[in-house]
Amino acid sequence: MNFTPITSNLSYLFIEGLGLTIKVTLFCASAGLGLGILLAAIRLYGPRWAQMLVAGYVNMLRSIPLILVIFWFYFLSPYLIAWVIRSPNPVQVNAYVSALITFSLFEACYYCEIIRAGVLSVARGQEFAAKALGLTGIQVLKSVVLPQAMRNTGPILILQAIVLFQDVSLVYVLSLTDFVGAATQIAQQQNNLVPLYLFVALVYLVACFLSTQGVRSLQSRLATA
Amino acid sequence: MNYQWNWRVFYDISGDGTSTYAHNLFAGAGWTLATALLSTLIALLVGVSIGLLRASPHRLKRGLAWAYVEIFRDIPLLVQMFIWYFVVPELLPASLGNGIKSLASGPFLTVSIALGLYAAARVGEQTRSAITALPKGQLMAGIALGLSRGQVLRLIVMPQALRLLIPPLTSEMVNIVKNTSVGMTLGLMELTARAREMQEATFHTFEAFAAATVGYLLINLCIITTIRAVDARLLSVKERAPRPQVGLGLLA
Repeated sequence: MNFTPITSNLSYLFIEGLGLTIKVTLFCASAGLGLGILLAAIRLYGPRWAQMLVAGYVNMLRSIPLILVIFWFYFLSPYLIAWVIRSPNPVQVNAYVSALITFSLFEACYYCEIIRAGVLSVARGQEFAAKALGLTGIQVLKSVVLPQAMRNTGPILILQAIVLFQDVSLVYVLSLTDFVGAATQIAQQQNNLVPLYLFVALVYLVACFLSTQGVRSLQSRLATA
Repeated sequence: MNYQWNWRVFYDISGDGTSTYAHNLFAGAGWTLATALLSTLIALLVGVSIGLLRASPHRLKRGLAWAYVEIFRDIPLLVQMFIWYFVVPELLPASLGNGIKSLASGPFLTVSIALGLYAAARVGEQTRSAITALPKGQLMAGIALGLSRGQVLRLIVMPQALRLLIPPLTSEMVNIVKNTSVGMTLGLMELTARAREMQEATFHTFEAFAAATVGYLLINLCIITTIRAVDARLLSVKERAPRPQVGLGLLA
């Protein structure tokens, strides 16, 4: 097999392609986590109408394919941004920004559910005991419930980020140059698909395998702590 | 907002000159369902076998099943589909590879196989945890009664494990339905592809995607209610005892 298409395009594949994949993953995992905490807080402690609204949003987004979500937000973003900045006309949004918005909002749903489950897994007695000691509601959450919830859910949150790392490949439908997109471009230019797709699969396999193993060892260390 | 809504656009004739957009969307939903059903069949057959191998006392069998799960779980579904569609036919003998490439139902079969084998890794893990969740005494008692290991699995372990598997398999099937949309990258004209096609031709973006969204919600609702009905029927025949409802978010 001829590997020169890979070796002569390493910087394009890794810096342009994989770089974009990693940037989107890191940004959206962080933004999604922040938003997810907010959504989980609303679902757990918010007023009833807000709980219903968030539950509807989360369940809706989790029930339809990610590709459909990507299309929805790609075409909705111009109107959303126009609404936020009160512009009378839809604002043009490029595929990269739209991908950042989409994956952040999409991941927020999954993080919301993980965090909610984590908070619910902390024994109620902890909360009552903290309240009995005279802590305020925010203090109970910040110093008693959330640290325990985070320890329970930390590994799952990272695993979700690894799933996101794989899901970012779907920006293919927006013709963005992520890792898969970069490989596809080279493959089509050189009319040589086989080595490039095998290479992409191998890189994902190694990256995801090593990171999942890392999370597993973290998981067992947290369990014994 | 200056978006012109027009819900009558579904009755317009599409680019092919004969059928309406509504008709095309229904046809797309049909392909989504057909792909999901074939994938589920593959995922069940392969996944349950992988789960049994994962619980096997043989090191080699366990190792092979472990490798399968890791490989199919650590590569994005999109890349797996590209491999099955673009790479595998090239690696086969030329006559066979060309034969596969010229198949009219090529995308449908490739997407079903790729998605089925991908989901099988997850079904395998679910099967394994269902098997290990059963009390060990079940297996030991079976062996003490003089049954072979195969008989114990077939007559004692699997009937109980399959019952435990119903909730995770339901959400796995919902996942499969969602993931059929990745097939649009190989040219499978399923629901999302049909909505995208309509959007490109009419610029009625939100009507098209709203229709697809409702389509997925309905398909998944049907799957969940069907499996629940079957599960309840199984219960009423075999146990006739009330059992706590297994918690399943509506469509999660």
